[in-house]
Amino acid sequence: MNKTLAILVWGTVAALGGAAVSTVAVRRGEPINALWLVVAATCCYALGYRFYSKFIAAKILVLDGLRATPAERLENGRDFLVTNKWVVFGHHFAAIAGPGPLVGPVLAAQFGYLPGTMWVLAGAVFAGCVQDFVILLFSVRRDGKSLTEMAKDEIGLVGGFVAYAAVISILIILLGVAALIVVNALKASPWGTFTIAMTMPIALLMGVYLRRIRPGRVLEVSALGFVLVLAAIWGGQYVSQNAALARLFTFNAPTLAILIIVYGFAASALPVWLLLAPRDYLSTFVKLGTIALLGVGIVALHPTLHMPALTRFVDGSGPVFAGKIFPFAFITIACGAVSGFHALISSGTTPKLIARETESRMVGYGAMMCESAVAVMAVIAACVMQPGIYFAINSPAGIVGQAPAAAAATISGWGFPVTAADMQALAHAVGEQTLYNRTGGAPAFAVGMASIFSHSLGGERLMALWYHFALMFEALFILTVLDAGTRVARFMVQDALGHVYKPLGRTSWYPSILATSALIVAAWGYFLWQGVKDPLGGINSLWPLFGISNQLLATVALCVATSIIIKLHRAKYAAVTLIPLAGLVAVTFTASWHKIFDSNPRVGFLAQAQALASGPATGATSRLIFNNRLDAAVTGILIVMVTLVLVESLRQWWGILNGEIEARVKETPFVRTRLVEEQG
Amino acid sequence: MKQIITSWQILRNVLREIFDEAAYARFLRRRGLASSSKAYAAFRREFEGAKESRPKCC
Repeated sequence: MNKTLAILVWGTVAALGGAAVSTVAVRRGEPINALWLVVAATCCYALGYRFYSKFIAAKILVLDGLRATPAERLENGRDFLVTNKWVVFGHHFAAIAGPGPLVGPVLAAQFGYLPGTMWVLAGAVFAGCVQDFVILLFSVRRDGKSLTEMAKDEIGLVGGFVAYAAVISILIILLGVAALIVVNALKASPWGTFTIAMTMPIALLMGVYLRRIRPGRVLEVSALGFVLVLAAIWGGQYVSQNAALARLFTFNAPTLAILIIVYGFAASALPVWLLLAPRDYLSTFVKLGTIALLGVGIVALHPTLHMPALTRFVDGSGPVFAGKIFPFAFITIACGAVSGFHALISSGTTPKLIARETESRMVGYGAMMCESAVAVMAVIAACVMQPGIYFAINSPAGIVGQAPAAAAATISGWGFPVTAADMQALAHAVGEQTLYNRTGGAPAFAVGMASIFSHSLGGERLMALWYHFALMFEALFILTVLDAGTRVARFMVQDALGHVYKPLGRTSWYPSILATSALIVAAWGYFLWQGVKDPLGGINSLWPLFGISNQLLATVALCVATSIIIKLHRAKYAAVTLIPLAGLVAVTFTASWHKIFDSNPRVGFLAQAQALASGPATGATSRLIFNNRLDAAVTGILIVMVTLVLVESLRQWWGILNGEIEARVKETPFVRTRLVEEQG
Repeated sequence: MKQIITSWQILRNVLREIFDEAAYARFLRRRGLASSSKAYAAFRREFEGAKESRPKCC
């Protein structure tokens, strides 16, 4: 493209993006069209990728297309493999796209569409994409080392230990909160429970097909599984309409929690190749398909956003979760803006597949942009609903009351009109008995998605099918995260225990498998049980805890990245990672302070424990007090650990910049690639 | 037309990689085996450890 044309094209993109962002940010009082968000996001991503990521690639990372990557040097046909860049991109995106970017923005929509949208766009372009990109490249230059190994090498033993502890903590809290979302989505929902239950025999059938009938034909069997899942969704409505069958598939929250805990243990401890691997493929198939479909649906239908730009709940009194817009909007939305967990993927499988260093920009920065686009879709799905309906679905009974009329009156009193009849009609339209108090984000997202789909495909008649399709889609891949996460955490614990007693580290030794599986499942099962029993719905305390721990891991990742940049004598560019790092430190430390010490019992864990202690005692009071103190202690421990990493990093940066510490990075020495000659 | 074919091939390859079909094909090539239920079982056994320890994001 010649220079004049390039200036013209990019000038137009910038002007269009500026106009769209301004419209989203400034328009008040009347609803705006979702397309403004789509245009704002597309332009921001295009500009961020074209200019910011290119600047990082050229000036800071100095990507070298002639340097052989570990995929080439260590190629073994298994973990290390030279792979087409689009294939690596797809692989990386499939691994980072979980339920987080769907649930977080739905919960944060209680502040209005503006805070979530702005954080998703700015957070992704300046923090999340940067983190994923630099960590990926630094791992590529270190033979595909993991984040914990890089933290140990570049910051020291403290860094390595804290990164390890943060990963385990995040996994446990994540699994607890993910399971809680499934419980809240499926409780008292025979249709949803039936559909999810049916995925197990479907997966078994897929397993037999893969193993016996057409070995290795995963795409084929996944397509077949997808059709069967659609049939199960269709069949679910008959189950919900038949009194005897409906009773069989109707569970309350504690029963569902126990079933999921048992499932988690079985998934981790048993050699269940027959069930788990096919379910994983099925989930990936549904995930990629649904995200694409939702994107097309939003653009084709371009619905109006009914949620205001900002709601009265920016003051911290929100019913979905308590806490002010700063810092809570920034920890509620993690995966769509910046997520420490992504650093694990960027330093896991992906660096072992990259063929050329220059491709890490597209994979690292580009895939995170797509993840952020998924979060924008979630904001739209949540905000197309009438706000009264959104709050009726997402508010716990402890805030708005149990009775439909009382809940509707409370929500209408906040300025978001809704009637019990509206809610009953909506519940009927989606095939549920009730939609009140369905906290966790998944049901609200399902209603929003069903509304978008039903307006573009099939009309109101198919609303119930689309709702249950959306619910199944979320529950399916949350359950996949649950069983994959439990096994990953088990491997990590076994790896650590192996240093104490060797047989415990053997992943095939059954006593160790059972003991470590029980340990991990008990840990996240405890948080799940705590959430199920919480009168405020569980999400109020557990999601912020998850957000804090995830963003603290991002803090560790950005400390590692900044350390390496300074050691590479590129300190003048360190602001690229230092500014997001400072932002995350401000957000996570403020949020942690509030969650531990805030005097409002809905925000502060200790204040809530105090309020419970001074209130009327019930059978559950002492347990609730203990849970709140435990949550405060977990938050405090995480903050102390990350403070240690920060202090250690600062000490090192100071020493290097003053010449007191030698700046020595632990990169693999340069080896010239052979791929260029082969291609040439 | 050529671009459409190339795009389709890329999409197909991405899906084959995500769904481990490509990994199975490489396994067969490496071991010099033909596809069979035994070969697939051996592939799963070899692949399980790596697959299980792979994190999935939130």
